[in-house]
Amino acid sequence: MAGEKAASEKKPGEKAAGEKKPGKKKTAEKKPAEQKASQKEVGEKKKKIKKHHASRNPVLARGIGRYSRSAMYARKALYKRKYTAPETKIEKKKKEKPRATITKPVGGDKNGGSRVVKIRKMPRYYPTEDVPRKLLSHGKKPFCQHKRRLRASITPGTVLILLTGRHRGKRVIFLKQLATGLLLVTGPLVINRVPLRRAHQKFVIATSTKVDISGVKIPKHLTDAYFKKKRLRKPKHQEGEIFDTEKEKYEITEQRKSDQKAVDSQILARIKKVPQLRGYLRSTFCLSNGVYPHKLVF
Amino acid sequence: VFKRFVEIGRVAFISFGPHAGKLVAIVDVIDQNRALVDGPCSGVRRQAMPFKCMQLTDFVLKFPHSARQKCVRLAWEKENINEKWAATRWAKKIEAREKKAKMTDFDRYKVMKAKKMRNRIIKHEMKKLQKMSSKKGKKPEKSEKAPKSEKAPKSEKAPKAQKAQK
Repeated sequence: MAGEKAASEKKPGEKAAGEKKPGKKKTAEKKPAEQKASQKEVGEKKKKIKKHHASRNPVLARGIGRYSRSAMYARKALYKRKYTAPETKIEKKKKEKPRATITKPVGGDKNGGSRVVKIRKMPRYYPTEDVPRKLLSHGKKPFCQHKRRLRASITPGTVLILLTGRHRGKRVIFLKQLATGLLLVTGPLVINRVPLRRAHQKFVIATSTKVDISGVKIPKHLTDAYFKKKRLRKPKHQEGEIFDTEKEKYEITEQRKSDQKAVDSQILARIKKVPQLRGYLRSTFCLSNGVYPHKLVF
Repeated sequence: VFKRFVEIGRVAFISFGPHAGKLVAIVDVIDQNRALVDGPCSGVRRQAMPFKCMQLTDFVLKFPHSARQKCVRLAWEKENINEKWAATRWAKKIEAREKKAKMTDFDRYKVMKAKKMRNRIIKHEMKKLQKMSSKKGKKPEKSEKAPKSEKAPKSEKAPKAQKAQK
């Protein structure tokens, strides 16, 4: 009994301190005692967020509370506390329903007029068995989300030795690492006929020779998509002429030439400053008798 | 037949082991295989060391057997062994070997270019000599030209060594 009374006395007092909006309205009724509290609240509202009340459900034994669910509902005054989040702009936009149908003109035989076509059509096949649930896998990310690493020995301006591809053995200058992890590299073209090209980190030897490329601006549009090989894939009537339509001969586009010029002109100036570097870049790397790669210092 | 002997005060070069590459002085002989050795100016503590890992140098210091480290150090500094050692061909060869191993790819390219240029100059002079000797008589011209042309290739060695050091 005494306990209950104390609890009920606690309720109005705590209510005012604990709850902000509904509490504020109620304190208007109980003026003298609560005015101080409400003033405090306004001041405190700005500083602290919410003072959480201790558990209103005293523990009888571990896991067992004194009051039932419905009693707690009343004790916590949840009948008053019903919040909805304010409607955000996104939700407002979402209310605009997307277009369900589109009207298209009728051609062909019954020319003229228009017909209404659904944009999103019902599926034309339902499998007899549901698709089996896939097993959960952990940490298997798609390629685009892989972590890209770069060896510490490769920094912008490093001279690299290409080991594979048509430019094997050539010494080349590293510019930057692209989004897929491949290295953007340039000859420069006038020195060793290596254009702006991608190279794979694993098939490259990083030498300790570095050129200062700090101020060089590489155009932003040089990405993987720019360098990716293009494949035509839409022969409408496959009547044996497939191979002619596919692009066999690679043609150097004007954009590539202009990009090459833009980058190389900046780099060539810096290469000229280092004596003998130009000749070094022109030469190719090779092994001969008595030269062992594991003993060489690059 | 043998010119360098194991004696008290003989400076030896350690060829392998934890102290490889350092100089020590033989202070005393322990038995057939080991010596008491001390290298105060080369960072080797006084210890026993087998003869096998020592290679004798030309330098001998003067101190009595079992002399303490201070005496060895005094004798070492009096004779200025560190500087004398650095001036020997032996030490220079070691240094050249180390430099060659540290060469980077760019350095190797530069050395190759320098060597090529030097050989070209030498060949040029040789060709000149041969022409001279084949055209005129052998004795008078050849003896005159030989010492002159030998000086030219030797002066090219110096820039090549400098480039290797870079």
